[in-house]
Amino acid sequence: MPSQIVSLVVNGEQREFIAAPGATLLASLRESLGLTAAKRGCAQGACGTCTVLVDGRPEVSCLVAVETVAGRSIRTLEGVAAGGELDEVQSAFVDCFATQCGFCTAGMIMVAEALLDRNPDPSDEDVVEAISGNVCRCTGYRPIVIAILEAARRRREQAPQEVASR
Amino acid sequence: MTYRLAPIDTSTFTAERAAAGTGTDHTVIGSAVQRSDARGHVTGRTEFFEDVAPPRLAHLKMHRSARHHARIADVDLTEALAVPRVLRILTHADIPNNLFTPLKLIGVGPDDEPVLAVDKVRYLGEPICAVVAETEAAALEGAARIKVTYEDLPPVFDVEEALKEGAPLVNEYHGQNHFRYEGHHCRRIRFGDVEEAFARADHVFEWRYQSAPIEQAPVETTGCVVVPQADGRLRIHSDTQACFFTLDNTALILETPFNKLRIVGGTVGGGFGGKVDVVVEPVACVAAMLADRPVKFVYDRAEEMQVSSPRAAERIYIKDAVMNDGRIIGRKVTLYVDAGAYSRHSPYGTTKAAAHLPGPYAIPNVWADCHCVFTNRTPSSAMRGFGVTIADFALESQMDRIARALDLDPLRLRLLNAYRDGDLKAHRKVAEGTALVEVIQKVAEMAGHELPETYRRMSSTTREGL
Ligand code: FES
Ligand code: FES
Repeated sequence: MPSQIVSLVVNGEQREFIAAPGATLLASLRESLGLTAAKRGCAQGACGTCTVLVDGRPEVSCLVAVETVAGRSIRTLEGVAAGGELDEVQSAFVDCFATQCGFCTAGMIMVAEALLDRNPDPSDEDVVEAISGNVCRCTGYRPIVIAILEAARRRREQAPQEVASR
Repeated sequence: MTYRLAPIDTSTFTAERAAAGTGTDHTVIGSAVQRSDARGHVTGRTEFFEDVAPPRLAHLKMHRSARHHARIADVDLTEALAVPRVLRILTHADIPNNLFTPLKLIGVGPDDEPVLAVDKVRYLGEPICAVVAETEAAALEGAARIKVTYEDLPPVFDVEEALKEGAPLVNEYHGQNHFRYEGHHCRRIRFGDVEEAFARADHVFEWRYQSAPIEQAPVETTGCVVVPQADGRLRIHSDTQACFFTLDNTALILETPFNKLRIVGGTVGGGFGGKVDVVVEPVACVAAMLADRPVKFVYDRAEEMQVSSPRAAERIYIKDAVMNDGRIIGRKVTLYVDAGAYSRHSPYGTTKAAAHLPGPYAIPNVWADCHCVFTNRTPSSAMRGFGVTIADFALESQMDRIARALDLDPLRLRLLNAYRDGDLKAHRKVAEGTALVEVIQKVAEMAGHELPETYRRMSSTTREGL
């Protein structure tokens, strides 16, 4: 099987690159596109550090063959901080000490973004359920759950002002 | 639902901070201070070693022992070398100083571990040959096609079995299945006379404790990227927890001056002690020099779980001489640390265990034999308080069992025996700054556990009330 040209919309930008047969979405992002925020913790779908959003849904990118998502819209952690300003999830992760070594953080934040997009007022259980595919060996999870709840609260508080300013 | 944002109780020193006013820097304790690296983590801009992608990067994969204990009769590289894009296969003969032990930097010996196996393998997964290839897939295929012929040797997996007469010899560099401490068969403590204490005790309790090895399981696996520099030096991007320790050990293995190596590190995707041994850097450096291109050697998840050194399994026997009122007058401990096939940090961990005995208690008669034992299991090494943690599990379980057997309050039993400032510990150090009494009192208060007045008045600074 020859290499092929694959095109993706990554963080809103059209990107084209040559993918070797069997290349994963994770390898393509990291090696072909230089987007290294998503990490390889296991390469077998078990740890969640490689999570990115494919058309808004969280996927473990180490298990996605890149040609199967050709033309789709991919969002990575690099696409979250608009203009260098942290969004609510990122700033809550900083304020709530939800990141220690930082290796799981990209996956955790992407899962949180997807959760808050579809459920702006999640319960504690909703958050635990959302991050249940993501391993963190440092924090003990609690600070991450708190950060996501706090991010949801901050986003809800901001929402009316955004509507007003539009 | 209410929750506290910071994991510390910022209310503790509110009054002090208010009283100090602004413009003083003595107000940090009790306040939440942002981590300096958090912004990099939440934006994905923190650079971990594997985020470094130099051009012409080659990949290294290891062919590992399929046996627990065997002589290597033959290594056949023919098929592996024929795999397209395989650049080179390293054996022990390519490593300048193949035999080492990481703690030689502080004078611990003998050298007992080959970087790549020579004539024998001593644990399942021991590295034998390193395949360097242009792609990861080619390196993996090359490693899979190496053929090693073994002559099996009987393995030993149990610390007490390993110390028996006639047990298979695991590590010839030691000559016996235990580490020797200044001529002694184990790390020993002799304090007072335990046998006399057992003879006059109201009760003697003896129990056995056993722990399993524990893998640190960092989310980022162990690895490095080595980049040869134009000036002949090697730049090593590593996730080691110990940059200088790694640099020094690697230089000794490469037989190169320290200033030929440069480590870029300090960003560790979880370590917990598992990234202290110097295992991936030396062989990746040799590969980078011989292939004359950047080389990446990173464990896959299975390697991380199988061959990265875990916390040692320990077996601990504790025999206590106890009086009716709960006073412990003698404690005898026999402790075995399973070092696995090689020393790594276990001789040191065993010494730590010995120094920790008999726990934070003032016991006038203590006897301990702490054995660092070699078996055909994965070499164990550092992990969060190693040497001390499992000893504590055993010691505190022992305290609870004594309390239960004598129908005593477990907290009062501990308060009665807790060490105080000025007590001479079993290893001949005077206890200073002890706080066990106050900690137990506070815990009892928080848990709503009633203590009698005499126990509430006890203090770490005096033996009054005992
Ligand atoms: S690297 Fe994809 S789930 Fe672990
Ligand atoms: S912060 Fe280290 S794994 Fe989560």
